[in-house]
Amino acid sequence: MAYSRIKENTIHGLFFFNGVLVIVVLVGIFVLLITKSMPAFKEISLLHFLFSFKWNPTASFVEPSYGIWSMIVSTFMVSIGALFIALPLGVGTAAYLSDVASYRVREIFKPLVEILAGIPSVVIGFLGIVLVGPVIAKIFRLSNGLNALNGAILLAIMALPTIISLSEEALKGVPKSFEEASLALGATKWQTLTRVKIPAALSGIIAASMLGMGRAIGETMTVLMATGCALAMPKSFLDSVQTMTATIAIELGEVPYDTTHYYALFAIGLVLFIITFVINMISDIILHKYQRVIK
Amino acid sequence: MDNCKITVHNFNFYYGGVKVLKNISMEIPENRVTGIIGPSGCGKSTFLRSINRMNDTILGARAEGRIVIDGRNIYDDDIDVVGVRRKVGMVFQKSNPFPKSIFENVAYGLRINGEKDRYRIEEAVEKSLKDAALWDEVKDRLNKNAFELSGGQQQRLCIARALAVEPEILLMDEPASALDPTATLKIEELIQELKKKYTIVIVTHNMQQAARISDFTAFFMLGELIEYNITSIIFTKPSRKITEDYITGRFG
Ligand SMILES: Nc1ncnc2c1ncn2[C@@H]1O[C@H](COP(=O)(O)OP(=O)(O)OP(=O)(O)O)[C@@H](O)[C@H]1O
Ligand SMILES: [Mg+2]
Repeated sequence: MAYSRIKENTIHGLFFFNGVLVIVVLVGIFVLLITKSMPAFKEISLLHFLFSFKWNPTASFVEPSYGIWSMIVSTFMVSIGALFIALPLGVGTAAYLSDVASYRVREIFKPLVEILAGIPSVVIGFLGIVLVGPVIAKIFRLSNGLNALNGAILLAIMALPTIISLSEEALKGVPKSFEEASLALGATKWQTLTRVKIPAALSGIIAASMLGMGRAIGETMTVLMATGCALAMPKSFLDSVQTMTATIAIELGEVPYDTTHYYALFAIGLVLFIITFVINMISDIILHKYQRVIK
Repeated sequence: MDNCKITVHNFNFYYGGVKVLKNISMEIPENRVTGIIGPSGCGKSTFLRSINRMNDTILGARAEGRIVIDGRNIYDDDIDVVGVRRKVGMVFQKSNPFPKSIFENVAYGLRINGEKDRYRIEEAVEKSLKDAALWDEVKDRLNKNAFELSGGQQQRLCIARALAVEPEILLMDEPASALDPTATLKIEELIQELKKKYTIVIVTHNMQQAARISDFTAFFMLGELIEYNITSIIFTKPSRKITEDYITGRFG
């Protein structure tokens, strides 16, 4: 009796500890980012940091400048571009899997999607350099294909598994009675899908794409390899870009400790953290709303 | 006898390997209400769903035999199933409005048929809602979500939705089973009105209801059509003992 009680309490305690640990780590990272980036703002104004185009922290003859606006734009270009590619593809695939595919096809396809999710980002980046890049260069007659478009395509590939599986869940969650009502009125399968099922599953699909996007924004290795790393305001998807993540990855290893540059890199991390946090939160709110509606 | 709208010839139906409809043959008359009664699980819904090929959506289901509507076997290989369903409307046991506005629910059938003219859609929505005896209750809130309606109103909305595409046949699977007596009465009155324009086949568990609303009644049991006749005959002097037992509530 006493023994099982102890066991019970231990297990309970363990779970509680895990939960607390997650929160502590999350808060810890946030606090660390803030304390590490605060010193940067002694030198740089927040407005300049966020909205100035020019990032040149190692300038020696002129005043160094710390504007990350071009990186923010690059990051959003690459990830929103990825979303534009991945969303129709992902939702289309999900619709195919949930509505059209036979049981057999589904059983083969699903593990494939999971494998896709497991491919390391370096490998995807490599794919961008040797395959996607040359193809883009050829189509648009560029000297090289390392640009925003390339990054967007690769990130789309990486966001696909999330979008496919969550959208498929959402479509499966649409009550069969909606589908039957539509078919009974003489709607085709296609009309039923586009006019009844997808609208009914929309909040789930939106949440899925937000999650996919959250992941794309934080992705580093792939964009570092495939986007050409050029620190300038991009004018189109065919320009080389450098995202926030890439900047941190490239510069943090070289930067002298305890300099404004060093702290500014942490400030970039903080901005990234806040952006992904907000996106995840929005997708969470949408998902909850959606679950209530289905009930 | 009246004009025959639907003719069922030696119809069998299987779920997987299980035969749930056994050699059904019957003629369903035009502009009449034909009631289907029988104990739970005897295949009433399956039979109804065979008339608009709704069972096509079920994996592993298979039909045998013929169901002829207006001289055309709807199980022919080259039949246009979507066209069949347009002609044969259906109201389900559990009301199932779309998660859309009241207006859009009724307009749906017109929109999928390619109707774009705003005025004609509005006209058809109003007419269908009036035919379904719902217009007065919803005319001021057509843009509200259909889920805000009561159960009985939702069911009448589903009827209006089915009427909007102007089918010739209306299949109703226990349309009043989830409703209170007042709402049920409304739907029963509605059915009497609708049979002037439509051929109606209705499944019901309620003997009094079957006796009240249907002109003809078919009694199913264990997938077989036991007896089929004018309603008054089925309820007063059925030819089979088993029918009488069921109607008088001795089993089922
Ligand atoms: N999708 C399905 N898959 C397999 N078997 C089914 C399916 N739907 C119904 N059945 C079986 O077919 C038989 C007839 O079912 P059906 O729903 O037609 O009966 P019913 O007369 O409408 O019953 P109730 O009055 O309870 O609605 C039942 O034995 C049922 O278990
Ligand atoms: Mg039934």
